[in-house]
Amino acid sequence: MSKIKEKFSELQARDEKALISYIMTGFPNDKSTISIVRGLVKGGVDIIELGFPFSDPLADGPVIQNASTISLEKGTKIDKFFSLVEKIRKETDTPLVLMTYTNILFHKGYSKFIEDAKKAGIDGFILPDMSVEESKDYLQAAKSKADTIFLISPNTSKSRIQKIAKASSGFLYLVAVYGTTGVKTGIKNYTINAIKNVKKQTKGKIPIGVGFGVSTPEDVKKYINAGADGVIVGSAYLKLIEKTPQNKLESKIASFTKSLKKQTVQKK
Amino acid sequence: MKYPKNGRFGEFGGKYIPETLVPAIEELEENYLKFKNDKDFKKELDYYLKVYAGRPTPLYYAKNLSEKLGGAKIYLKREDLLHGGAHKINNTLGQALLAKKMKKKRIIAETGAGQHGVATAMACAALGMKAEVYMGYKDTIRQKLNVFRMNMLGSKVHPVKSGSKTLKDAINEAIRDWITNVETTYYLLGSAVGPHPYPVMVRDFQSVIGNEIKSQMKKINKTPDSVIACVGGGSNAIGTFYPLVDSNAEIIGVEAAGHGLKSKKHSATLSAGSKGVLHGMMTYLLQDKEGQITETHSISAGLDYPGVGPEHSYFKDTKRIKYHAATDTEVIDAFLMLTRTEGIIPALESAHAIAEAIKVARKGKKSESIVVTLSGRGDKDVEEVQNYLNKNVKN
Repeated sequence: MSKIKEKFSELQARDEKALISYIMTGFPNDKSTISIVRGLVKGGVDIIELGFPFSDPLADGPVIQNASTISLEKGTKIDKFFSLVEKIRKETDTPLVLMTYTNILFHKGYSKFIEDAKKAGIDGFILPDMSVEESKDYLQAAKSKADTIFLISPNTSKSRIQKIAKASSGFLYLVAVYGTTGVKTGIKNYTINAIKNVKKQTKGKIPIGVGFGVSTPEDVKKYINAGADGVIVGSAYLKLIEKTPQNKLESKIASFTKSLKKQTVQKK
Repeated sequence: MKYPKNGRFGEFGGKYIPETLVPAIEELEENYLKFKNDKDFKKELDYYLKVYAGRPTPLYYAKNLSEKLGGAKIYLKREDLLHGGAHKINNTLGQALLAKKMKKKRIIAETGAGQHGVATAMACAALGMKAEVYMGYKDTIRQKLNVFRMNMLGSKVHPVKSGSKTLKDAINEAIRDWITNVETTYYLLGSAVGPHPYPVMVRDFQSVIGNEIKSQMKKINKTPDSVIACVGGGSNAIGTFYPLVDSNAEIIGVEAAGHGLKSKKHSATLSAGSKGVLHGMMTYLLQDKEGQITETHSISAGLDYPGVGPEHSYFKDTKRIKYHAATDTEVIDAFLMLTRTEGIIPALESAHAIAEAIKVARKGKKSESIVVTLSGRGDKDVEEVQNYLNKNVKN
């Protein structure tokens, strides 16, 4: 069983939902990434999404775009990233998901990249520009090595939901709103409907994580109440990181994480 | 015309897109397939191409230039004479009409040099629609007159300050807008790039160029020995080449070699790039060894793009089409030579094709004929050329 799958069943047994936290590797610098991860773990994160920067992040809003640019300027490279993952792996068992764009994997070769990532300690991948139609080689390369987490949008048709669910492992990433990452539009009715619809279509075979524009404990609570198995918070972390001095990063991240995590614990 | 199965030209193309765009792309493909052979749609598009854009464009024998070079005869396909001053209007009229049939209220577009933005603004004004155009901040400065033209035509220009602030970033931003407003918005992409069905749709709308060349050459009892066009994203080139790929003509696409192919300051994707995935397509790209897209350079803003249409990648690998590159210096020389011999000021983009034609003509026989697509006029570039000459030529 994959680490991600294990995590979800463990949470289910405790009647909890998953807090999935996204950070950009190397933002604002290499050293801070380790402190941030420590803060996340201390705050009770369930799954960590590590962003790897791409020069042209077309599914991302300004906050993650800016973080990608800075990370690349600071010299984030694939090999360095893998050694960082190894370091993180020595400190925590938390499942690690790599979020980046298709070209980063394609360029190195899906098999080679996924193998190296797996060796370093990556458990799954999210590629926002990988559509299920183009995923054959990617899926083959990842098979029994890493989870492939695909995205679903509120406008995805029923038949596509089935197709995407079939290609996905670990969890399904439901995009909450029409837009890029980090948009603040408040909670929409169509999102609540989408959560219910995807749950219905997938019949509980795979957990649903909701992300894009999820930034506060209140957001977390609402999506969990609507039936999400997990929530993904990203841009809100990057904003917090941006305004926090290096020596306070770990504690600030820990307390923000705690405030989010609290909402994923079901009260009986 | 052939329709690519699964949106692939050989291994190239496809649709690598965020899930939110899938329904929009499916709707687009469905409507394109429905309307492309629809009698009324074709009639309406033909009407606009003829009496609004000015088709057919002449095929002009450049006698003075040919005689000066002393080799093969050069014929210029005068897309520069179209309304708006470039071939871009062929595609924007087609897509704007399609958007109207699809009852889309809002049109967005990206632009590099501003020619596609202007052509979009014109087509939209003519068809009673409004456009919003994304343009790299750097390009809004070097082509500020085009920004003003778009504004006058009733379109809104959004300067894009992310990344390298050029065409690729304008495309990123247009895609982000599309993801956000997917239900109301039509994305009018300007080159034969992007996810399927854009490359094939833009090719089809631009194929009017090659089809006219074929019948115009036939009228003078000739078949072209060489056909040449410039390649950035590659829309005027694929429109020129596609109807002629089954002929015996030698076909050459010309990319921007900028300061030289070894300088890293160029935009010659097919000559110096490697395979990758960007803007929804698998194609040749300019990228570093980590798969990060690199910044490009060209004296012409319209060729300043690190990717290329997937069908060009296919024709490169099958070797049906040759892809060469012209440096900034060669381009300026060609620009001046055409201006002085024929009284025609070419766009700097098109001057890349002229530079290649000069080389081919010199080596060719007098009985041979070369057709060059003059994709646009150079009025927009006069200031750029002046700056270049002031900097590079003393006295």
